[in-house]
Amino acid sequence: MSDLRELYQEVILDHNRRPHNFGELDGADRHADGYNPLCGDKLAVYVNLDGDRISEVSFLGSGCAISKASASLMTDAVKGKTLGEARVLFEQFLALVTDDAAVVDEALVGKLAVFGGVRDYPTRVKCASLAWHTLRAAVEDRHELVSTE
Amino acid sequence: MSALRLAEAAVPAPPTLDVERIRQDFPILARRIREHPLVYLDNAATTQKPRQVLDALARYYSDGNANIHRGVYTLSEEATAAYDAARVKVQRFVNARASREIVFTRSSTESINLVAHSFGRRHVGPGDEILITHMEHHSNIVPWQLLCEQVGAQLRVAPIDDSGTLQLDEFERLLGPRTKLVSVVHLSNSLGTINPVREIIAMAKRRDVPVLIDGSQAVYHMPVDVQALDCDFYAFTGHKLYGPTGIGVLWGREEWLERMPPYQGGGDMIRSVTFEKTTYADLPHKFEAGTPHIAGVVGLGAAVDYLVGVGFEAIAPHEADLLAYGTAALSEVKGLRLIGTAKEKASILAFVMKKAHPHDVGTIVDTEGVAVRTGHHCTQPIMDRFGVPATARASVAMYNTREEIDALVRALERVREMFPL
Ligand SMILES: Cc1ncc(COP(=O)(O)O)c(C=O)c1O
Repeated sequence: MSDLRELYQEVILDHNRRPHNFGELDGADRHADGYNPLCGDKLAVYVNLDGDRISEVSFLGSGCAISKASASLMTDAVKGKTLGEARVLFEQFLALVTDDAAVVDEALVGKLAVFGGVRDYPTRVKCASLAWHTLRAAVEDRHELVSTE
Repeated sequence: MSALRLAEAAVPAPPTLDVERIRQDFPILARRIREHPLVYLDNAATTQKPRQVLDALARYYSDGNANIHRGVYTLSEEATAAYDAARVKVQRFVNARASREIVFTRSSTESINLVAHSFGRRHVGPGDEILITHMEHHSNIVPWQLLCEQVGAQLRVAPIDDSGTLQLDEFERLLGPRTKLVSVVHLSNSLGTINPVREIIAMAKRRDVPVLIDGSQAVYHMPVDVQALDCDFYAFTGHKLYGPTGIGVLWGREEWLERMPPYQGGGDMIRSVTFEKTTYADLPHKFEAGTPHIAGVVGLGAAVDYLVGVGFEAIAPHEADLLAYGTAALSEVKGLRLIGTAKEKASILAFVMKKAHPHDVGTIVDTEGVAVRTGHHCTQPIMDRFGVPATARASVAMYNTREEIDALVRALERVREMFPL
């Protein structure tokens, strides 16, 4: 049970139950759809930009606890950030969930650190990163479906 | 295996398969996963291999390796004999009329693609139709879509009801004057439904439509007799019937195989080659271009021997007991819904749980050593039909026990703790 709690930390379970920024942004500047064919997870990410800054961000979709919580925490983390800052955060996040030896900037990743447990479950990395890939597609204004495969 | 003499034992319930003895034959079942004994319940994806198969593979490579049909030396003759002997084992296993009706392929997938290419290109044209069902594996959907695209034909899909049972009257209605081939799964890998293949084949025969049966899941749960079924093609895959990966079988009625052009060209499938004209080898070699998976064939032969030695008369009641026991046990789990509740069913317990995504279910039960499949199981149209993104699926084989079902249920209680209703 203990290593399971590493993966399913309370923060993750909470965000799964009550996701933040959940819903469509009416008339969003940018939007993209993501899909993880491995588990059937689908989610859409909506973004409003104020110049170079993410002024509003939300997501909608269905998925496992890891992907839903990741999307929820991501929206909290990138709101108000510039696109450059969001990109750095994405890189840190990827390192956190894939790289055992990763040195992440704890102050920067903040709450996202709860996803560190994903490292031990390689098949779940795609669940954790789907929202981030979809966000990147949205801000880059790419409209093809983002797939984790 | 002969020591088991299972057929002679009386067969009242409870079933008489000596499961403990069987388990001894499967070395992997001794493994521990995350400090728990492995509970392997993903047999529909692939089954584990008995020592008899592993030994046959090792013996072939360490003692008998040579290319076949080529050498005049002893080793090559032995390898050729072993290869041919395995073909006869497979022939008897599905009761084919002749061993030349048994074509070795890479997998079920390749068997179906072979028919789509060789039969399809010759016998299917613009406006013609291929009829399948809503519960097919992607490998019995996509090859037909490709064919339809190439020749301008249409794919027709017979519906299923909410229990996952084929709607046979609808199926018959869809059998039309343009239907050139019916291709249907025998036992569904996502729902467990056993299709009424005899009726299906009889309906098609009345209209002179040939029938391919995808027997990938059926061959290791029930005896198959292709002559009694009276179908035209029967496809299956070695790794699900306790044999190696990379080896599959297409049984085809000789009359069809004779009329079909080769699937691939190369060595071993020719009688003579000149730049002006090449003539093809006789069946089944016409469809086996290149050096085949000799070790795989030898291993498959050993798997068939093993399965026949244990016997379906012992396996089937044991697996039926596990299915009934598992169905009852899972129905007790709060917020669990079984997907696939057809009357005629085998082996498969697919389900979804309220508040817990199948992917989370799979990860959590794995920490208790329980291996189940999660996802769409290469049957996305079924997921859409039941309105779920994915399911979790437990599937049993001859070596599973009631205790392992209990372990699954205990692990699902962990899921409930993590994701309360
Ligand atoms: C019903 C069914 N058909 C076809 C296949 C394909 O088998 P293979 O991947 O060995 O070709 C499978 C196995 O995944 C199956 O369950």
